[in-house]
Amino acid sequence: MKKTWIIIQREYLTRVRKKSFIIMTILGPLLMAGLWIIPIYISTLGQGKKVVQVLDESGLFIDKFVSTENIRFVPVLLKLEEAKQAFLLSNDDALLYIPRTELSLPVTALLFSRSQPGIDLKAVIRDIMRRQAEALKLRAKGMDPEVMNSVKTRIILNSIKLADDGTEEKTSVEVSMALGLVGGFFIYFLIFLFGSQVMRGVIEEKANRIIEVIITSVKPFQLMAGKIIGVGLVGLTQFLIWVVFTGVLILGFQATQSDSIKNAPKHTPITTQKVMPPQQMQLVAEAEVEADKTLLEEAMEGIRQVNFPLVLSAFGFFFLGGYLLYAALFAAIGSAVESETDTQQFMLPVTVPLILSFILATYVINNPNSSLAIWFSIIPLTSPVVMMVRIPFGVPWWHLALSMFLLIVGFVFTTWLAARIYRTGILMYGKKVTWAELIRWFKYKV
Amino acid sequence: MAKNKSPSMSLISVKEVSKQYNGHKALDKVSLTVPEGTVFGLLGPNGAGKTTLIRIINRITAPDEGIVFFDGQPLSATHISQIGYLPEERGLYKKMKAGEQALYLARLKGLSHDEALRRLKSWFTRLQIQDWWNRKVEELSKGMQQKLQFVVTVVHKPRLLILDEPFSGFDPINTDLIKKEILRLKAEGTTVVLSTHDMGSVEELCDNIALINRARVILQGNVHEIKAGYSKNLFDVHTRNELSTQLLSSLNAQSFELLSSSTRNGHHIYTFEIGYGQSPNHLLQAILLYAEILEFYEKLPSMHDIFVSAVKQQPINYPA
Repeated sequence: MKKTWIIIQREYLTRVRKKSFIIMTILGPLLMAGLWIIPIYISTLGQGKKVVQVLDESGLFIDKFVSTENIRFVPVLLKLEEAKQAFLLSNDDALLYIPRTELSLPVTALLFSRSQPGIDLKAVIRDIMRRQAEALKLRAKGMDPEVMNSVKTRIILNSIKLADDGTEEKTSVEVSMALGLVGGFFIYFLIFLFGSQVMRGVIEEKANRIIEVIITSVKPFQLMAGKIIGVGLVGLTQFLIWVVFTGVLILGFQATQSDSIKNAPKHTPITTQKVMPPQQMQLVAEAEVEADKTLLEEAMEGIRQVNFPLVLSAFGFFFLGGYLLYAALFAAIGSAVESETDTQQFMLPVTVPLILSFILATYVINNPNSSLAIWFSIIPLTSPVVMMVRIPFGVPWWHLALSMFLLIVGFVFTTWLAARIYRTGILMYGKKVTWAELIRWFKYKV
Repeated sequence: MAKNKSPSMSLISVKEVSKQYNGHKALDKVSLTVPEGTVFGLLGPNGAGKTTLIRIINRITAPDEGIVFFDGQPLSATHISQIGYLPEERGLYKKMKAGEQALYLARLKGLSHDEALRRLKSWFTRLQIQDWWNRKVEELSKGMQQKLQFVVTVVHKPRLLILDEPFSGFDPINTDLIKKEILRLKAEGTTVVLSTHDMGSVEELCDNIALINRARVILQGNVHEIKAGYSKNLFDVHTRNELSTQLLSSLNAQSFELLSSSTRNGHHIYTFEIGYGQSPNHLLQAILLYAEILEFYEKLPSMHDIFVSAVKQQPINYPA
């Protein structure tokens, strides 16, 4: 046991001191926080007012281009060629040209700009033109656009999870989906990352023959266990640093940016009071308050409702369990080959369940309680990824308990299996190993 | 029990050990004894089964049949800490620092951190690699790596030292350094098993040998006794001046038959076979009056000759 501990220390310290580990540890949270922060940051950016010149030859749209907080529309009354030249001399952002058409409504316009116009700007212009064109068409058909507006309805669907004890909990499917997918992906990624580190470590020891020296000091199982645990602790360390560091970054960002988030522009609600009876109006008003929330705020609220202690501790468990399960198999593969290029034939069967579980993730996310999802979240080879995807949607406790129990049984089994191959494999040289050979090693009496 | 052992007691005793790999016999009823406090040469052509035997003694693998005794007890896990093994294929972690690595391997052998550090510092100094303590192994020359490997093999003061080709990769100076260390360890009571193809070092270092060929021991015993067994009463005389034909025919008459003669570096070298009823002293006496004698010795086959002859099952070719 003491020797295993010495091995764990070496495996851990040599890896933690590596430059690549330090870089990954710093870069990881920056990337993760970046995924979070950048969209928010961008939405607060680009608030600078844009100036768009509008040359409306048809004269049908110009009234509708009303300047907003962000975009100022300036009508121009020149010929197109002159307007273009004048635009080039000005500092304005874009020149919108709506040509006159003889018979139909103009539905094509040109937007000139020095640089690529933003998607937002194009969307705003298209929206204004579409509404006006629709209104004109309605009027042409003898319909009052006001009637049309009053019929327009926005449906707001809030999902509420009703627990057995009757408590209600607002859920955000989008947040659960995102969280499940991210959690599943990270488990998949980390198992691959650290599992292959174990494999490389075994190959290194075998290739440079230090194995012969070590194996006269410790039992093969001690060496294998020490390596798997050591690398696993590296993974756990990295994970914990990431969680803490990402948390700090996001909290720090929220603290500095909270004002701009609150002040994010809101849509002006379309009033529909006229046709509604009073009680309904109350409800609708509430709903519209909901609707008024920006997407960002909605997401934030959804995230606040996530049971983070459960998700994070489940992540820790399923990462560790899945890692131990696969790392033992990776160690066995490493022991059977002499260089990394020989690993292909053995890698495939081991990685298939892992890859399958990752492919399943996209299905599970849409059907988190289907029997397929339930089964694959209980079977040890796929459970780490699939269960992680399911957890944010809420999982019956016995699914979770059974899955965890089987995962423990699973990694004990793969470790036992791998150890039998490993102890023979690490001392085999100069032979191209086949599956039949592996099975023979498994049966060896040593 | 550990005290007062006579030098002839065996530390390792291999009894009827067989080992098979996929239908190929690596060892076939091999028996040998390694007396404590001696240097034992384990010889044999490539693929004869030496490495398998070494692995069995190291408990890396188990024999199919037979048993190995360590100090009179069946070999068990507790003996492993008393063995130091230098494998033929040297291996160290390339990216690890020399000192750190030596410390790691010493601790795996069961030494405490402080004890390992103290001993390693003194070994590093003795082998003149102390300046390399904080350098990565990959930055060390091959010779340095070999020294480092030697240090980690002996640092836990094993009673049994198994060295597989310990001199490969060493220049003559470092070879001498390691030979000196082997003899020093032997003088301190360490038993050494030396597996090598360098017959010169076998003659220099080994007390006993076992020659393995095709999974069997074909020759075993004390180096001097083995060589004496090949004695054919041949003696070489080196003289400054040439011997007269008159003298030679007179010697022939006294049953000192001249087999060959040659000249090398101003030495006149004569090989005589000493006939029945005669002795080397008489030969020396007979020549003494007529020539200045530079060297006189019995012509015995070298270990090299014995090795080749035994493996090829051919009579020894005595060089002229």
